[in-house]
Amino acid sequence: MTTEIIISGFGGQGIVSSGIILSHAGLYESKNVTFFPSYGAEMRGGTANCSVVISTEPVASPIVATPDIVIVMNEPSLTRFEPALKPKGLLFYNKTLIKSVPKREDITIIPVEANAIAEELGRGRIANMVMLGAMIKKTTILKLETLKRAQRKRFSRASDEQLSLNDRALDRGYGLF
Amino acid sequence: MAEKKLMYGNHAIVEGVLAAGCRFFAGYPITPQNEIPEFMSIRMNEIGGVFIQTESEIAAINMLFGAAAAGKRAMTSSSSPGISLMQEGISYIAGADIPVLVVNVVRGGPGLGNIAPAQSDYFQATRGGGHGDYFTITLAPNSAQELYEFPKIAFELAEKYRNPALILADGLLGQMMEPVEFSYKPFDPETLPEPPYALSGCKNRERRIVRSYDLKPGKLEAWNWQRQKKYEQIVANEQRFQATACDDAELIIVAYGTCARVCDAAARMARAKGYRVGLLRPITLWPFPSNILSALAEKTDHFLVVEMNMGQMVDDVKLATECSKKIFFHGRPGGGVPTPPEVYGKIETILGGAR
Amino acid sequence: MKQLFGRPAGLTDISQRYCPGCGHGIVHRIIGELLVKLNIRERTIGIAPVGCSVFADEYFNCDMIQPPHGRGPAVSTGIKRSRPDCIVFSYQGDGDLAAIGTAEIVHAAARNENITIIFINNAIFGMTGGQLAPTTLPGMKSTTSVQGRDIKKQGYPIKVCELLSGLDGPYYLARTAVDTPKNIINTEKALKTAFTYQIEEKGFSLVEILSMCPTNWGMTPVQSKKWIENTMVKYYPLGEYRNRAKEEK
Repeated sequence: MTTEIIISGFGGQGIVSSGIILSHAGLYESKNVTFFPSYGAEMRGGTANCSVVISTEPVASPIVATPDIVIVMNEPSLTRFEPALKPKGLLFYNKTLIKSVPKREDITIIPVEANAIAEELGRGRIANMVMLGAMIKKTTILKLETLKRAQRKRFSRASDEQLSLNDRALDRGYGLF
Repeated sequence: MAEKKLMYGNHAIVEGVLAAGCRFFAGYPITPQNEIPEFMSIRMNEIGGVFIQTESEIAAINMLFGAAAAGKRAMTSSSSPGISLMQEGISYIAGADIPVLVVNVVRGGPGLGNIAPAQSDYFQATRGGGHGDYFTITLAPNSAQELYEFPKIAFELAEKYRNPALILADGLLGQMMEPVEFSYKPFDPETLPEPPYALSGCKNRERRIVRSYDLKPGKLEAWNWQRQKKYEQIVANEQRFQATACDDAELIIVAYGTCARVCDAAARMARAKGYRVGLLRPITLWPFPSNILSALAEKTDHFLVVEMNMGQMVDDVKLATECSKKIFFHGRPGGGVPTPPEVYGKIETILGGAR
Repeated sequence: MKQLFGRPAGLTDISQRYCPGCGHGIVHRIIGELLVKLNIRERTIGIAPVGCSVFADEYFNCDMIQPPHGRGPAVSTGIKRSRPDCIVFSYQGDGDLAAIGTAEIVHAAARNENITIIFINNAIFGMTGGQLAPTTLPGMKSTTSVQGRDIKKQGYPIKVCELLSGLDGPYYLARTAVDTPKNIINTEKALKTAFTYQIEEKGFSLVEILSMCPTNWGMTPVQSKKWIENTMVKYYPLGEYRNRAKEEK
């Protein structure tokens, strides 16, 4: 069983962190994982995307051409990655920031008010956590508890308050369905 | 089994280099390998090794020359344009028969090119790279785990044959994260005996000279003949590869590094559709695993070479098989990375349409 | 029979192949003597340049290495950082140090690397046959400036001691000459100071030595010495350009 994921958005939306958290969580659940970020010449503020592969087999290609799951956090990412998704794939999109409506009919489209929920929690920047929570609930590829453990690994220098807030955002996303 | 740690490829190299007992790093920043010097500066500080950020790649390779001539394990890392600058020094080091480790996290070229993953430095790596008759032992890892493991192998080969060794990675391998198991006991550099060439001060022994020149008539020719014998030994003893499903294959893909990962996925897709597709992954690019390819050419009709360049290793495949079978090529230059469906499409075309 | 004069143990028995009147032999002898006087021969590693003195690896009776043109300071750095107990010197000419190796010397000085540089300035490329050097004087003829160095076309010479004294890094910088007995004695003093500072782990030391090249200057040995005294020294004034030990007092 192999799941190929692409996460995409603006630089600063926590795209790379989301990929690393998924990878850590996969490792915690004794799966094979690879994580590959786009690494542009720009340091900040550009577009960012990353590929994550989580598998029960050794991972062949870290390059993901036709993902099973796409998470898009902004408008340009939807335009770019909706066509790449496998038929019957899952498209999670940040409905708060994306005004266009996905067009494909051979995929499952899951709108998530990621930024709106994050703002409700008091911090727009944790929209990625809301998304991750929603994604693992829908796909069951990883457990909520390992994701919480993985975000604590990723943000090991963050305050307890921040870490708890991340957990709450994961919970909110997870509780959407 | 030891616990696995999720690591960037570039960080895995650092841990591998340190576990191999190297305590000397000199280098200059260049994308996509900056995580190596950054992490190395922290780790060398922790364990009491030498880290120098140099004024140029030229200085870096020459600092290695000095450190290695002084008998120490020494390494540098860079990416393509920086490796070009180092070629002068690598030639002198090869000419002086001194072991060093150079890591090239290859990016798109020529010129400044871009910072995307590439394999366009294959010729440079496997044909010597600088001036004069020489080769560098070249290893091509394809995972973070191998980036951790290969520095040890590279140092051992370099020292065994007194020759520079190269690890040829690429931007993808350096920038991706994978679980790494610290699979061997760290080597203590204090246990490394002083090599017979080491410059350490001539107390109680004859003085030593490390050099790459000899102007006396006939001497340099004799020295090169001697080095040639060393190369023949390396070619005879050190060809490394990984063969997957090659035995009854109607088509064998030949690919290394990142391309081997992509082609592994493509070969799986093809086998799922009933094609008998194997994958031969050269692990040493020099010496090139010609023996296995020559043997496989006896029973396999089609070879497909996939590279992130316009066709460099394909020449070695043709030489190894003596062009006795059909050799197809699929390449992506300038930082392009092939995808599994793209390679699968090529397989389907070669083997005569969809099954 | 008591021997009053002989080859110092710091030099090998190999005959040096320098031209008559060349300054390299004088400087080699001073270094060879100092390796013994300072009792450092058995822990010294020398770096030979590319140029006439490329064969220095045969002449100095200590461990030696011969690196690429101009890279002596980088190789020295690699050796010194690997073996801090060794004494490391890099012997370089003006093409080696002030042309192709400019980056390496400037940065080794800026790092105050604990090494000693012996810089032979004879204002010309020797081994390759008398071409323009970065230190060739304005108006001076060379095989690539047959009308004389034209500052409009070839720019100005590089004054290495003055250049490096603009850096905070170096501990000791001095310029001497080997044209007269007095200057030779001063050269020995400067080199002794330089090596001593390295032994004391003070940091970077460089001695620039104005030296004769009769062959490529088209002069007799005597004319060459006079030319240093009357012409070269005016452009390249002798003296200490940096001595942190004195500044610290």
